[in-house]
Amino acid sequence: MIYRYALRGRGDLTEWRDAARAYLSAGIPPEMIDWRSMDDADGLFGFDDNRLPDPLPNQPPLHVPPAFIKLAGAVICHSDPSRFALLYRMLFRLAHDRRLLQMSSDADVVMAQRMAKYVGRDYHKMTAFVRFKEMPLPEGVAGRRRFISWFEPDHFIVDRVAPFFQHRFTDMDWLIMTPKGSASWDGERLRTSDDPAEKPDLRDETDELWRTYYASIFNPARLKVKMMTKEMPKRYWKNLPEAELIPSLIANAEASVMEMARKAASEPLPFHHRLQEAAANAPVPSKPPAGTLPALKEEARSCTRCDIYCRATQTVFGEGPPDAKVMFVGEQPGDQEDLAGKPFVGPAGKLFNDTLALVGIDRQSLYITNAVKHFKYEPRGKRRIHQKPNLGEVRQCRWWLTQELELVKPKLVVAMGATALFALTDMRQRLEDVRGEPIAMEDGRVLFVTVHPSYLLRIPDEGRKAEELIRFREDMSKISRLAA
Amino acid sequence: MKKSLKERLAILSDAAKYDASCASSGTSKRDSLGSGGLGSTEGSGICHAYAPDGRCISLLKILLTNFCIYDCAYCINRSSSNVERARFTPEEVIWLTLEFYRRNYIEGLFLSSGIIRSSDHTMEEMVRIARELRTVHNFRGYIHLKTIPEASAHLIEEAGLYADRLSINIELPTDAGIGKFAPEKRPDNIRQSMGNLRLKMEEMAEPTLQTKRRKKFAPAGQSTQMIVGADGANDATILGTSARLYGSYGLKRVYYSAFSPIPDSSKNLPLIKPPLMREHRLYQADWLYRFYGFDIGEITSTRADGMLDLDLDPKLAWALAHREQFPVDVNRADKEKLLRVPGLGTKTVKSILSARRFRRLRLDDLKRLGVSLRKIQPFVTAEGWMPHRLVDRPDLRAMFEPKPEQLSLL
Repeated sequence: MIYRYALRGRGDLTEWRDAARAYLSAGIPPEMIDWRSMDDADGLFGFDDNRLPDPLPNQPPLHVPPAFIKLAGAVICHSDPSRFALLYRMLFRLAHDRRLLQMSSDADVVMAQRMAKYVGRDYHKMTAFVRFKEMPLPEGVAGRRRFISWFEPDHFIVDRVAPFFQHRFTDMDWLIMTPKGSASWDGERLRTSDDPAEKPDLRDETDELWRTYYASIFNPARLKVKMMTKEMPKRYWKNLPEAELIPSLIANAEASVMEMARKAASEPLPFHHRLQEAAANAPVPSKPPAGTLPALKEEARSCTRCDIYCRATQTVFGEGPPDAKVMFVGEQPGDQEDLAGKPFVGPAGKLFNDTLALVGIDRQSLYITNAVKHFKYEPRGKRRIHQKPNLGEVRQCRWWLTQELELVKPKLVVAMGATALFALTDMRQRLEDVRGEPIAMEDGRVLFVTVHPSYLLRIPDEGRKAEELIRFREDMSKISRLAA
Repeated sequence: MKKSLKERLAILSDAAKYDASCASSGTSKRDSLGSGGLGSTEGSGICHAYAPDGRCISLLKILLTNFCIYDCAYCINRSSSNVERARFTPEEVIWLTLEFYRRNYIEGLFLSSGIIRSSDHTMEEMVRIARELRTVHNFRGYIHLKTIPEASAHLIEEAGLYADRLSINIELPTDAGIGKFAPEKRPDNIRQSMGNLRLKMEEMAEPTLQTKRRKKFAPAGQSTQMIVGADGANDATILGTSARLYGSYGLKRVYYSAFSPIPDSSKNLPLIKPPLMREHRLYQADWLYRFYGFDIGEITSTRADGMLDLDLDPKLAWALAHREQFPVDVNRADKEKLLRVPGLGTKTVKSILSARRFRRLRLDDLKRLGVSLRKIQPFVTAEGWMPHRLVDRPDLRAMFEPKPEQLSLL
């Protein structure tokens, strides 16, 4: 026996679900049901149509994955009459294998997903291509502004899209009419109907401004008509006020580009010359006096001594009192320092600050700088991976470090890490060999060597990390005593 | 005589069209149900129309004014150009945005401007427009503001409170190029402004102590644009700059804009058709870098001159240069390997990974997933399919190249 079932089929899932549930609980296989839509259900049907079978005894309640309900909600809006049978077939198969939807290359799954995709596309196009026209209120009447639109969707989506317009155009009354139903909003209730509407005669003056915009934003030198029709298929054009311009825009595109090319550049108007003159005579901003730290910092802003500069955001110069007794030298700015333009403000800077605070050193009293003043890195997706500056770059950048030393004249210089040590001594030594003890330098200064705080952050083993942190703290205590 | 609103709209949108960005996506989801106002954003953007240049029209993209004190050679609005000049009042921009929005022409506003008087003066007017749209007119649609690198920090900060996206155009990939074509612009200022924006976004993303709620600051992030083909930079240089910008400033997008001849053009510039295919290849390469695990070096290594192949998409060009890595077994290969197969996109790879848990995939399965078999066949093995050294064929490249155009009889 064949069951026949006719549905209104206007995008309402409940209608199908009630019938499908009854068939399934009676164990009716898909091939036994002839699903139809009312539109083609003419006199062929007999009196037993839409008859539902009795459920089998002791049926457990039906459960389907939520993903199926979601998918079915979209598929049911499709205008293809085969959608009811497809959904029932899937429902029937799901009862035996819950994993059906994950079999992404199964023919039924592919079909359902394709239908859902078309419905989604139609939904999206409706949100894009509905054009409201204002219906002015009668003279002397105050109230909410009123707008009406005529749209022709491919599928039964009006119900589905209506909330989008409600959420968006909340402060105005609107009515969208389509051959597949209509929707309206008056500030209090969203109403939808699935009765076909007739095309109204609508006009709106603002369309003329929109056409002006559409014509002017088009670049005739980049004609790509296929790309346009792919995204804005011709069947939508009849209801788009701007579409009437398309043929002439395409026809005149080449001529307008040729015209542009033919015209040679004309002589600039006087205001351009006045601007150029004003710029040439603009007062030069006063520079800090030469031979001071601020002057040196200013000069370093435009340093191009090595190639790192144009990759980094800015020069990160040293910072601190010009007569500091202690100068700390690190390796190079990192990601955060590069953005902020200040040394030791990132994660390593935080560890550095915490340790200073523990041993009672006031950061404000220190001059803090780096061996290399620009951030060297390798881009990796959304991050920047620190790269060690090479010896050549360190040597180039020593130009600045030497002058900082000469101007600040610190008694104690602390090298944090091997790069700083190399920059200060030009010697490549094992850090461990010179670490932790004051070293007298030729110019009467004292050099103290310790590790770079970022080294501590990179130690994977927690136990070793704790040990190294203690050693670093001990070094800093020694520095605190040496500085006193 | 004062030009009409319509005339000025024509001038100030014509002046804005060389900015490629029209995205209205990636911002926080919001609507007007609670506020009873106007506007919503969906997460993914909506393109309300397409012009015959194939570009989407999502936003009202206009300049506040096309008067400009700068003289950047590539720009239609440079001070030495004799294009018609005009300006909108802030009220007019607000009116146009709201009326266009109500008719569902647009998703929101993309406002840019020539620099008049001073950077701060210009920026202040732009911020005022965004502020009034939000606070006076209860507008919740999308707002993209172009920021001016030299503007004061407090103005940029205020802009970020009202706008969904902020952007600063770097325009050219090298500092030398900027120096040559945009003498008034300072590349280091541009980088610093982008850096400050990133810091601001990160700072605002931290939950505050009082409310634990994150403050909104330019929820759709920042973007930039590079002009392609105005200076001599090759694709490797351009993409290298993009990678640095993505890594350094967390940009959502770098737009590539094929240099397009402008009216009253300066003689230093090429007056040729815009290199649209090159632009397209750059976008493809940009995608490979961001979503497919390719390094810029890998993408641009296939040719000695650092240019991308115009005849082949960059993934296919890479695959042909690295045939030893193929064929890839669609039933066993990991995600990273699959992403490198020409013809497989991120969505398809996801579907393959899901489908192959249930059965061994054949070419038919791939076809149902929407894969072009012609493209993929030489590069994969599947159940019942071995490409038989197809990948070693010397004429493999020719199989993918565009067919030579046949000459027609006169």
